[in-house]
Amino acid sequence: MDGRDVNPIPARPDEAQVPKVGVDSWVATHEGRVHRHPVLAAFDRVPRPAFYLGFAIAAALLPAVTSDGYIIRVGFDTLLYMLLALGLNIVVGYAGLLDLGYVAFYGFGAYGYAMLASPKFGLHWDTLGVIPVVVVASAILGFLVALPSRRLLGDYLAIVTLFFGQLFVTIYQNGNRISFLGITRGYDVTGGPNGIPNIDNWDLGGLKIASVTGYYYAALVVFALVLGCVYLVDQSRTGRAWKSLREDPLAAEMMGMPVNRLKLIAFAAGAAIAGLTGTLFAALNTAVFSADFDVPTLIIVYAMLILGGAGSLGGVIIGAVVVNVSLEVLRTPDHATWIFYVLILATLLVKLRPWRVLAVVLGGTIGLGYAFHAIMDAVWPRSTGGASTVGGWLGRALDSWNLHPSTPQTIASVAFVFLILAVLVLTVTHGWVRWLAMIPTLYLAAFVWDNRLVVEPSITRLILIGVILIVLMNARPQGLLGTSRVEIV
Amino acid sequence: MNWNLFVTELVAGITHGAVYALIALGYSMVYGILKLLNFAHGDVYMVGAFIGYGLITVFGGATALSINIALLLVLMFVCAMLGGGLLGVMIERFAYRRLRTAPRIAPLITALGVSFFLENAAQLILGAQFQSYNSFSWKNGELWTKGFTLPGQVHVGIAQVIVVVGAIVLMVALTLFVQRTQTGKAMRATSFDREAAAMMGIDVDRVIVVTFFLGSALAGAAGVFNGIAYQQVWPYMGFQAGLFAFIAAVVGGIGNLPGSVLGGLVIGLAESFATGYLSSTFQEAIVFAILIAVLIVRPSGLLGRAAVQKV
Repeated sequence: MDGRDVNPIPARPDEAQVPKVGVDSWVATHEGRVHRHPVLAAFDRVPRPAFYLGFAIAAALLPAVTSDGYIIRVGFDTLLYMLLALGLNIVVGYAGLLDLGYVAFYGFGAYGYAMLASPKFGLHWDTLGVIPVVVVASAILGFLVALPSRRLLGDYLAIVTLFFGQLFVTIYQNGNRISFLGITRGYDVTGGPNGIPNIDNWDLGGLKIASVTGYYYAALVVFALVLGCVYLVDQSRTGRAWKSLREDPLAAEMMGMPVNRLKLIAFAAGAAIAGLTGTLFAALNTAVFSADFDVPTLIIVYAMLILGGAGSLGGVIIGAVVVNVSLEVLRTPDHATWIFYVLILATLLVKLRPWRVLAVVLGGTIGLGYAFHAIMDAVWPRSTGGASTVGGWLGRALDSWNLHPSTPQTIASVAFVFLILAVLVLTVTHGWVRWLAMIPTLYLAAFVWDNRLVVEPSITRLILIGVILIVLMNARPQGLLGTSRVEIV
Repeated sequence: MNWNLFVTELVAGITHGAVYALIALGYSMVYGILKLLNFAHGDVYMVGAFIGYGLITVFGGATALSINIALLLVLMFVCAMLGGGLLGVMIERFAYRRLRTAPRIAPLITALGVSFFLENAAQLILGAQFQSYNSFSWKNGELWTKGFTLPGQVHVGIAQVIVVVGAIVLMVALTLFVQRTQTGKAMRATSFDREAAAMMGIDVDRVIVVTFFLGSALAGAAGVFNGIAYQQVWPYMGFQAGLFAFIAAVVGGIGNLPGSVLGGLVIGLAESFATGYLSSTFQEAIVFAILIAVLIVRPSGLLGRAAVQKV
């Protein structure tokens, strides 16, 4: 090279618009390059608060649409889960800390309200007095729990908080004979396995709340207030600091952020929201038991947060609604069967392209079912002796397509193990092998669902929650509404 | 001082500690290599315990064994270790492998999901009730009536001897493997610096698979040991045991194998003395206090070295 540029690089036509210094232009324009469906892109242009307002109005209209106490109760539970997920979102979604003792603060709030407003100790404090006390106490507790692990890696925090949550459940469960080092007599503090019954209703300065609908509105108002606060914090200096901490703690510290203090604030804020939610829970249920604050609740809240997309407020709302409503729907076998087949069909229709593949998989599954049913009916009549749990034409169709053994428990449990293996095999195959392997897998899934999972809804929901966590983390870690990370290498 | 109570709790603590130590070893190995807190490890232990239970049932149940008791024990260990190891490898392959480069929180949440899935799937398949190894009645109680007597009239059953000796044998075997073999050397190198190990031509994927297999096989064996010593198996047994074992690994110094054994003994003894001298409800509080104390005073664990973070 003699120093002369033979082919000078032409000036970029858009040079005037490109940021010159300080911003990695590739990252800055990443959003623009991501292909968005036009409908979704239109949604993106609507300001976020408008969505929240729309949701609040829709939620407020629910009791006007239906007077069914059960539906309103489900709505109330969903609002509670939203509040919980909102608090967890601060700790996990913003600050990136794994808090596995989160429901202990929820329980702390519920028990705190129960102790201060029930005949247990003869205390009947004013609700407007109890709530600030409980919220502040929860925040302090959260601060104390995070304190010993603040300097350590995230994993230690996870284990300390998980163990703290377990410890709390044990304390609540055995709190009916607490004595000081075995010297004094045992005092009954938490009611032990009997919990604390007869808890007072909320009484907001004369405004007594006694009905489910009343609590629904109370929860909605609390949710709106908390959501507003979290939204403002999200936009603030602290919110940005939390997110920088999540993305890269080391870089955040280099930039002069008080990393430890930010972690503790996030923890305390999450705990305070959980405590507040606990008071609502205790007041509506009028009794608290330790089992409500154990690991399953924790995992359900995590599933909501992950499904919606950690760090996204809209995602929290959607995640809580989707998870809680679908878990409720699974309770009745009839609905569970419908949901299963509709979802499978919809997924196949959307995901399987080109249409030839779709036709082969769908036709193959249906054909396989009828053929297999006919063979088994002839060879071993007991394997078709039972009936589908769902009525109507779907039930009749399933009865001649799917096997319903008269005593399905053992065989369906074995089939469940094979189903897991078959699904795992599907994840490592490609192309036509995968499409063909899908046919027996789908049939197996239908068999297991009809014969085993539908009849054990309480276990099925927990299994599904586990599956949601594993699949989402592997396939779409940003959840439904979260934005995927842009890695700068 | 009640000498009898002290020795009884000591023996119980060592037995329990041996089981915790075996589980803690697997936690520690996986953590050392992947920096991943494998919450599902406790559930591998549960599956191992159920494999042992299944074999007892197949061979006629503890009261009417159709084969030699020693043969059955060997068979139980081999099957539980193989089954546990394969399960561990499968979990790694299908749940964790894609997340190696993801933010740290992603594999942790996946691990929670795997643990939750395994527990509830086991409940769906096997039922929620407790099952019993019934080891007290094996060959008219041979496993418990035979044995020897310690000072203070404390009887030590042969079952407890099997647990402690078996655990020691497995630990020695693991140490020899890690220290003496080529693969063990590769494991240590990977644990020290994964990228550098990969650049030196070590097949990191293979090392990780071997690590998961060994760790999970130890957990499967621990499940059978626990069944022999304490009889009961049920789908949720892995959660608490896994938690205690992880704390044992942290207390001993995570990533440090002798540390895990020491930590397991500390946690087992603390738990057993808490049960003996205070009340069984205090065991969690005592273990929690130990964990917090270690984290504050010596965050790298009793035998661990302080990690120097490179920037």
